[in-house]
Amino acid sequence: MPAGISAELAIQASYFVTAVLFIVGLKRMSSPVTARSGILWAGAGMAVATLITFLYPGMSNYGLILPAMLIGGVLAWWSGKRVAMTNIPQMIALYNGMGGGAAAAIAAVELYRGGTEGYASTTLAVAGGIIGAVSFSGSGIAFGKLQGLITRSIRFRGQQLLNLLLLAAALLLGALVAAQLDASLAVVTGFFLLALVLGLTMTLPIGGADMPVVISLYNALTGLAVALEGFVLNNAAMIIAGTVVGSAGTLLTQLMAKAMNRSLGNVLFSGFGDTGTAATGEVSGSLKPIEASDAGVMMAFASKVIVVPGYGMAVAQAQHKVWELCQLLIDRGVQLRFAIHPVAGRMPGHMNVLLAEAGVPYDLISDLDEINAEFETADVALIIGANDVVNPVARTDKSSPIYGMPILNADKAKNVIVIKRGKGAGFSGIENALFYLDNTRMLYGDGQKAAAELIQAIKAVG
Amino acid sequence: MTGMVALYIFMLAAFTGYEVISRVPVILHTPLMSGSNFVHGIVLVGAMVALGGAHTPLEKTIGFIGVLLAAGNAVGGYVVTERMLEMFKSSGARAGGKKGPH
Repeated sequence: MPAGISAELAIQASYFVTAVLFIVGLKRMSSPVTARSGILWAGAGMAVATLITFLYPGMSNYGLILPAMLIGGVLAWWSGKRVAMTNIPQMIALYNGMGGGAAAAIAAVELYRGGTEGYASTTLAVAGGIIGAVSFSGSGIAFGKLQGLITRSIRFRGQQLLNLLLLAAALLLGALVAAQLDASLAVVTGFFLLALVLGLTMTLPIGGADMPVVISLYNALTGLAVALEGFVLNNAAMIIAGTVVGSAGTLLTQLMAKAMNRSLGNVLFSGFGDTGTAATGEVSGSLKPIEASDAGVMMAFASKVIVVPGYGMAVAQAQHKVWELCQLLIDRGVQLRFAIHPVAGRMPGHMNVLLAEAGVPYDLISDLDEINAEFETADVALIIGANDVVNPVARTDKSSPIYGMPILNADKAKNVIVIKRGKGAGFSGIENALFYLDNTRMLYGDGQKAAAELIQAIKAVG
Repeated sequence: MTGMVALYIFMLAAFTGYEVISRVPVILHTPLMSGSNFVHGIVLVGAMVALGGAHTPLEKTIGFIGVLLAAGNAVGGYVVTERMLEMFKSSGARAGGKKGPH
């Protein structure tokens, strides 16, 4: 058998193995028990595919390929190892954007060198190119916003019209290339520049609060772009992995949008999501403060305590202290659970990562559907750094911007203790009716300090 | 690979992705998004092939950027996903070495 054919066979077989490893890996990642091994399986698949690709027939430029891999890989390794868990969302955006950019780069190389044959292949290259380029620049903006580099959401009249014109222009140039009417350097370059600008102008008006949905969408788009370029290169591993991510990412995007009470169209085209529209709704009653010592006693003698953490807890770096507090209660025989709202943290599931970092076992953590019925039997609901997700106004006040959002029923607990830095409205600027209820007590102070005081109070009980 | 076969692969892979994710609990949404982000890092093999076939300085430059970005996607995606999932432990797993919080 000639060497070329056997190399080809080895490559195809390896890509097949890679596809299987990816799917098994993703499947295992969808359960907390097996999740850790899932990423190892998928990682093995990636290693197999990367190594075998060096045998690809007719390849040259190894002197460029190796340094590029080394630079990209080392920088990503370094940044991924040292990023704080609170900043994970923007790193996902960053790495995702890189993937989109790589897909666009493949399209660009193939179109510049005339490597595509026939209308179908050229059209797919163009489609993957525009999607990849939009995902690249859009993810870059998402990274900038979450990292705090871009603080303003730029909006102006006719913005949607401008985006539409940019899209139309990009599609027009793309069609010229795909129909093989004009694939000159200028047209191909113009096509990619328009796509990159479109990604910028599409993402700039979207507010920080909606960014998780946007990142998830770009993740799905990158997957699709990779699959499309896989068709161009006749590469089964790229087609399968890209398509799986494309459809899984689309589903994940829908789940996230639903958890945030937003529709995808709303996120992309309404330009809301970082400002409290109007702090309407008067709340009657008064805020009733409590001392840490009293709160500690209340919790120490409770039989069931539910902790509701919000991103404020992570900002105060209080999760370790909170877990220490919870362990004391567990040792006293208190039945303890953590209740996590789908949008706690900066993206769905982010709070679970932050709690896991502090050492909280995942079986103590319940999501909204599991825990909501249990608040009625809880003696104490401890709210720390959460606000809008426990605001009962979402159930009752039709005029409220958060009306209809599923909330944690902390108000149903016998006693509610709210740890809060000071008086003030939540992230959305809405007064929280929970704080004014008769069974609610406010424990004012920094999250970490308040948790430490509660620990002292419970230890004093003995 | 003929067009129709490619279309079948596309359809089946799309259903696979949907099925794999459909029953995932919310607690894993962030790691799973990061994990799927890693999986599309497979674009690296395409970028290697594209740069491997590049001729002009322009093609080589873009190909070089493509491989660099793709390697970043794959390696970065792996590192952050692994870091997150490594921390997920059950009560049973902790019982042996119950280490105190900081």
